[in-house]
Amino acid sequence: MSKEAVLPDWLQLMLTSFWPLLRAGLVFTVPLAILSFVLGLGVGLLTAVVRLFAPKPLAAVAGFYVWIIRGTPLLVQLFVIFYGLPSAGILIDAFPAALIGFTLNVGAYSSEVIRAALTSISRGQWEAAYSIGMTTRQALRRTILPQATRVAVPPLGNTFISLVKDTSLAAAITVPELFQQAQRIVAVTYEPLILYIEAALIYLIFSSILTTLQARLEVRFGRHGGFMERAR
Amino acid sequence: MIRLSGIEKSFSGNLVLKGVSLAVQEGAVTALIGPSGSGKSTLLRCANLLETPDAGTVEIGDVRLEFSGKRRPSQSDVLRLRRRTGMIFQNFQLFPHQRVVENVMEALVTVQKWPKAKARERAMALLDQVGMSEKAEAWPATLSGGQQQRVAIARALAPSPALILCDEPTSALDPELAEEVVDVLRTLAKDGATMLMATHDLRLARSLASHVAFLEAGEIVEEGAPDAIFGAPTEPRTIRFVRSLGA
Ligand SMILES: Nc1ncnc2c1ncn2[C@@H]1O[C@H](COP(=O)(O)OP(=O)(O)OP(=O)(O)O)[C@@H](O)[C@H]1O
Ligand SMILES: [Mg+2]
Repeated sequence: MSKEAVLPDWLQLMLTSFWPLLRAGLVFTVPLAILSFVLGLGVGLLTAVVRLFAPKPLAAVAGFYVWIIRGTPLLVQLFVIFYGLPSAGILIDAFPAALIGFTLNVGAYSSEVIRAALTSISRGQWEAAYSIGMTTRQALRRTILPQATRVAVPPLGNTFISLVKDTSLAAAITVPELFQQAQRIVAVTYEPLILYIEAALIYLIFSSILTTLQARLEVRFGRHGGFMERAR
Repeated sequence: MIRLSGIEKSFSGNLVLKGVSLAVQEGAVTALIGPSGSGKSTLLRCANLLETPDAGTVEIGDVRLEFSGKRRPSQSDVLRLRRRTGMIFQNFQLFPHQRVVENVMEALVTVQKWPKAKARERAMALLDQVGMSEKAEAWPATLSGGQQQRVAIARALAPSPALILCDEPTSALDPELAEEVVDVLRTLAKDGATMLMATHDLRLARSLASHVAFLEAGEIVEEGAPDAIFGAPTEPRTIRFVRSLGA
């Protein structure tokens, strides 16, 4: 009797499916999460700045975008982009469709975080910047944003961790990411409990690593003698 | 010529400045005194357009801006005027994410586009002038109030403003910390800086100012030399105010 044969079937199954699942995670889940987060932060910053400083009609457009995204389910948004838009003649591959969907989503949610962080910086800081001759743009870039960043880092870290988990929704629009890979293996092995628990474990590994990184980032941004706490 | 003329300002129907005119003597300190809510801060903020006057004229050196009604001044006019003034705030308002020397360099680097090395050199000289060169690399949050205010003074001086506006520069400080700030301001005054200073601190006004204006309810009631205003005021309202200060 060979050694492997001693292993129980469920463990054997877990071991053989581990690499395909992890690979799907590394090739699709992680890039999808990172790309849509980075792009989404850009959209979020722009949206926040437009809502706070742009002329009313433009600010209203930005507000409308946030309202739509926050008020509708992410899964439905993904279906509209991937299954719906082709009827309007717009065909987008699964991965780019997911990327667009998640980017818009991160953009809307992070814009709220960024907006709150920007408004948390006191008027006095704006006035100090203006008093030395800065334009609004200079004050924003040099004085307000660097301080707002430190306020926004912890909540944005949470947004990112949620995003990593939410990427499992991309399975529903045929992106072969981690969860879809698990579904495929279930389809041939008929072992949903084992496979889905294994998929859950891999998500858990990803999010635990991210949580650790987030904690480090917060320490890094908390330097300067923890100025946020002590400065007025 | 540094002069505010006919400055009017109201906040949602509440008329706070009722046509204030004030000439600021160059190379000297003008003190602005008056009860709380009389409009001292608002007048200072009108001088560097942190508030836009509803009416009147602000004239600082070669920049002269007239205000009327709803017409907002152009961005470039606002900047031209701001770049001729520096402001010192009651609660310092240093940039907490920048080191002391970076705070002082900021106007030179970001606004005036100086090369960093040259800006640092000037910043260090200014910090030396306010006795803070040893703390050049410190974070603002680690400094005492008096030290923060001295750095704030250096920051305001960096772009060589024609007029320095001080809004109660010592009133957030304990007496002994206030004293070190007053010393710095005194040296500045001796060196010929032009300052317009709102203050509740009689000793500060008396020891630094060559001219005192008493503001009440948005109007200048009386102005003159400190000895005249504090020693022999003529207007009943000034007399009452000066007496209330226990001078
Ligand atoms: N941004 C604002 N919005 C509404 N009202 C304001 C604003 N700024 C000032 N005021 C009002 O204008 C009046 C004058 O205020 P200001 O701060 O100029 O007085 P002050 O003489 O500096 O008083 P203090 O000695 O307390 O500093 C006050 O009644 C104040 O409530
Ligand atoms: Mg005031």
